[in-house]
Amino acid sequence: MPSLKTFSRGGVHPPECKISAKMNIEVLHVPQKVSIPISQHLGAPSTPLVKRGDMVKVGTPVAKTSGFISANIHSSVSGKVANIAEVVDTSGYPRKAVVIDVDGDEWEESIDRGSDLKKDISLSRDEIVQKVLESGVVGLGGATFPTHVKLMVPQGKKAEILIINGVECEPYLTSDHRLMLERGEELMVGIHIIMIALESDKAIIGIEANKPDAIKYLTGLAKDYPGVSVQTLKVKYPQGGEKQLIKAITGREVPNKGGLPIDVGTVVHNVGTVLAIYEAVQKNRPLVERVVTITGKSVKKPGNYMVRIGTPVQDLVEAAGGIPENSGKIISGGPMMGKTLTNLDVPVVKGTSGILIIPLDESKRKVEGNCIRCGKCVSVCPLGVEPHLLYALSKRGDWERAEKEDVMNCCECGSCQYTCPAHLPLLDYLRVGKAEVGKQIRARHNKK
Amino acid sequence: MTDKLLTVSPSPHVHSEFSTERIMYDVAIALIPAFLVSIVFFGVGAIKVTLVAIVCCILFEYLIQKFVLKVPVTVCDGSAIVSGILLAFNVPSSIPVWMLAIGAFVTIAVAKMSFGGLGKNPFNPALVGRVFLLICFPVHMTSWPVPRLWDFSFTDAVTGATALGKLKEGVMMGHAVPELMQKIPGYMDLFIGQINGCIGEISVLALVLGAAYLLIRKVITLYIPMSYIFTVFIFTGILWLVNDQRFADPLFHILSGGLMLGAWFMATDMVTSPMSKYGMIIFGVGCGVLTVFIRLFGAYPEGVSFAILIMNATVPLINKMFRPKRFGGR
Repeated sequence: MPSLKTFSRGGVHPPECKISAKMNIEVLHVPQKVSIPISQHLGAPSTPLVKRGDMVKVGTPVAKTSGFISANIHSSVSGKVANIAEVVDTSGYPRKAVVIDVDGDEWEESIDRGSDLKKDISLSRDEIVQKVLESGVVGLGGATFPTHVKLMVPQGKKAEILIINGVECEPYLTSDHRLMLERGEELMVGIHIIMIALESDKAIIGIEANKPDAIKYLTGLAKDYPGVSVQTLKVKYPQGGEKQLIKAITGREVPNKGGLPIDVGTVVHNVGTVLAIYEAVQKNRPLVERVVTITGKSVKKPGNYMVRIGTPVQDLVEAAGGIPENSGKIISGGPMMGKTLTNLDVPVVKGTSGILIIPLDESKRKVEGNCIRCGKCVSVCPLGVEPHLLYALSKRGDWERAEKEDVMNCCECGSCQYTCPAHLPLLDYLRVGKAEVGKQIRARHNKK
Repeated sequence: MTDKLLTVSPSPHVHSEFSTERIMYDVAIALIPAFLVSIVFFGVGAIKVTLVAIVCCILFEYLIQKFVLKVPVTVCDGSAIVSGILLAFNVPSSIPVWMLAIGAFVTIAVAKMSFGGLGKNPFNPALVGRVFLLICFPVHMTSWPVPRLWDFSFTDAVTGATALGKLKEGVMMGHAVPELMQKIPGYMDLFIGQINGCIGEISVLALVLGAAYLLIRKVITLYIPMSYIFTVFIFTGILWLVNDQRFADPLFHILSGGLMLGAWFMATDMVTSPMSKYGMIIFGVGCGVLTVFIRLFGAYPEGVSFAILIMNATVPLINKMFRPKRFGGR
C-alpha cells in the first residue's frame, strides 16, 4: 500500500478521542434567549441594524457588513430585541452583542426551509458571491474569514484547484465528520457552486484516514459530480491548517509573509462552510445555525448538535447531561487550539466547532523544567521556525531578533508545547512575541 | 450552573506522554542489560561502583540545589541517576570508592550544576567526570579486572589491559597486528562482553539491546549512532586495507572499547548533541573521525570520551549551521 499523502514538515499525532463520531446530528431546542455578537468573524465588526424593542424573525438581518472584510449577521431566532449589550464571548472579553428574547420560531418567508436537494444552480458567478455575502457566510472551520472574499479570485490569478477541508485534525471534534456523512449530497452541490464562482474545474476533498466511512461515502457521491474527488490523508495534526492541507494535497507551499492560497492556485473551504454556501445560494437561507460537537471523556451524552447562533453554551452542556463531577476545564474548540471558556453564558458563534469538557486531572499543566535541547519542538513545527529559540527571545524581550527569527510565521498550532518534554509554555511566549512584534510592525507602517 | 471553579488557560490543552523524566528513566532502563552483563563478569565490584556513583551524583545534586543555589530540588527528574550510571559504566570495576566520589563530584558540580543544571551544560557530565579521573588517576583508571564468570568473591581481581590497550602497546613496540590479534579476545567475546574493560562498555550485545529499546521509545534516533559507528567502520576499514600489518580490521574497532556505549548512550545525550538531522550526522561523523585518530595515532588506546567531548564543543556551531527551512521560503 502506498503511504498516504500528508504535509512534509513537522506535525504531531495526539490521541484522537473522537468519542462522538457515531452520534447523529440532533437539532438542539431553540433557546429562550440568544446573544448574537456583532463580531463573530475575522475583520471589522458589523454595524447593528436593530435597536431595543425591534421584532425580528429567523433570518432577519441584525447587523450589516462594515467593510470589505466583514460579514452580515442575522437573527437566529424570532422574538424581540431585548438589548444591545456587552456580552463575554469565547475570547473572554466583553463584546457588543444583540440580545434577543425568543418568542416562537417564525422564519423569514424568503427562506426555503424544505429539506429537498436542489441540484440545479441558476445563479451566475457574481450572483453567487452576492448571495454568500448577503447570507453572512464565514469560514466555519474556526478562522471565520468572510467567505465571499474567498470566492472572488483576484485579477491575474487562477483558482486551479478548489480544496475542501474535511480533515478535522483536532482531537475530539466530530462536527465536520458528521456533516460529511449526513449532508453529503448538499456538500456536493455546494462544491459545484464554489467551482462556478471560482471558475475552477477541479475540486479535491481532503479527509484524514481516521474517517473511512466519510471517505467511502463521499467518494461514491463524487462519481456523479465531474471534477470532484476525495483525497485520503494520513492522520496528522495540524493538517486542517490551510497551508498544511494545500501542501499535503498539492505539494505546493503558500509563500511566507502575506502569501495567500490563491498565490499557488488554490482556494480552501471547510465542509461546514460549503454547506452554508449551499443553503445560502440554493435555499436563500442565511447562516443562523451550525453543527457543534459537545464532548469530553466523562461527558454523559456526547453528541453533535445543530445549534442556533447565539445559544448559550449552557443549553448545549445541559443537552449533553450537564457538567460531569470531575470536570476541570471547558473549552470552545478542540484541545490543541481551543479557547477556555470563562463562563457558560458564552454564546455559540459562527466559529464554534465544539465544546470540550476536560476532566480535572488533565486540566492542569505540569511544572515546567529546563529546556534539554532535545529539538523536538523544532522537528514538530509545521512552519519550520524554532520554538525553543523564540521562547527564549520572547522571554527576554528581544523583539527585534524575534522578528528576524520569524516569530510571525507561527500559526499557534501548539505542536511544540504539546510535545515539549520539559513542559515549557512555548506557545504562551510565542503568542506574547507575536503580539509585541505585530505591534511594532504596525507602528512602523503607520509612521510611513 | 456549577459553583466549582474551573481552570482557564491558553491552548494547547493536552500534552504528549513525552517528558524529561520519561526520557531519563528510559535511558536508565536501557542500561540495565549492560549492567547485568557487568555483574556476570565483574561480580560485586560492578554493583558497588554503580550504586556508589548513582548515590554520589544524586547527593551532590541535592546538596548543591538545596544549599548552594537554593533552588527547587529536582533530583527526581532522573538526570543525576543517568549521569551516575554512565560515570560508573565508564570506569573499571576495581576503582576505589573515594576516587569515584571525586568523579561524581566533578560530573555533577563542575560539569553540570556550575553551568546552571540540567539542559545548560555544554559537555556530557559523565564524560567530563570520567576524563577528569583518567587524567588524575591514570593507573587506577587503566587497570581493568579480568572478567571472571559468576565470581562474587570479594577478593581483588587479577587485572590486565583492554584489547585496544594491548593492541596499542604492541603496535608501539613494533609488532604486527595479525600477530597481536592472536593474544586478544575474539569477536564473539567482544560481542558478548567477556573482556577487560569499563563496567558498562564490555558487552556490545547488551548495549545494542538497550539501544533498541530507546529507539522504540523514540528517545534517540539513528542519526548520531549510525553515522558515528559507520564512520569508524569506514575509516578503520580504509586504513586496514592500506596496511593490515599496522592497523586492525574495522570489525574489531567497532566491537571493542567504548564505541557502542559512547555512540548509543553518550553521544546521543540531547543536551550536548545537535538538534537537526543533518547536524546529528555531522556530529556523528566528527565523533567517528576523532575516535579513530585518537585510537590509531594518539597517545591513548581509546578515544571515544575525548572525541565526544570535543564534538560537544562544536554543537552550538553545528546548530547554527543547520537551521530548519521555513515553510513557504525565508
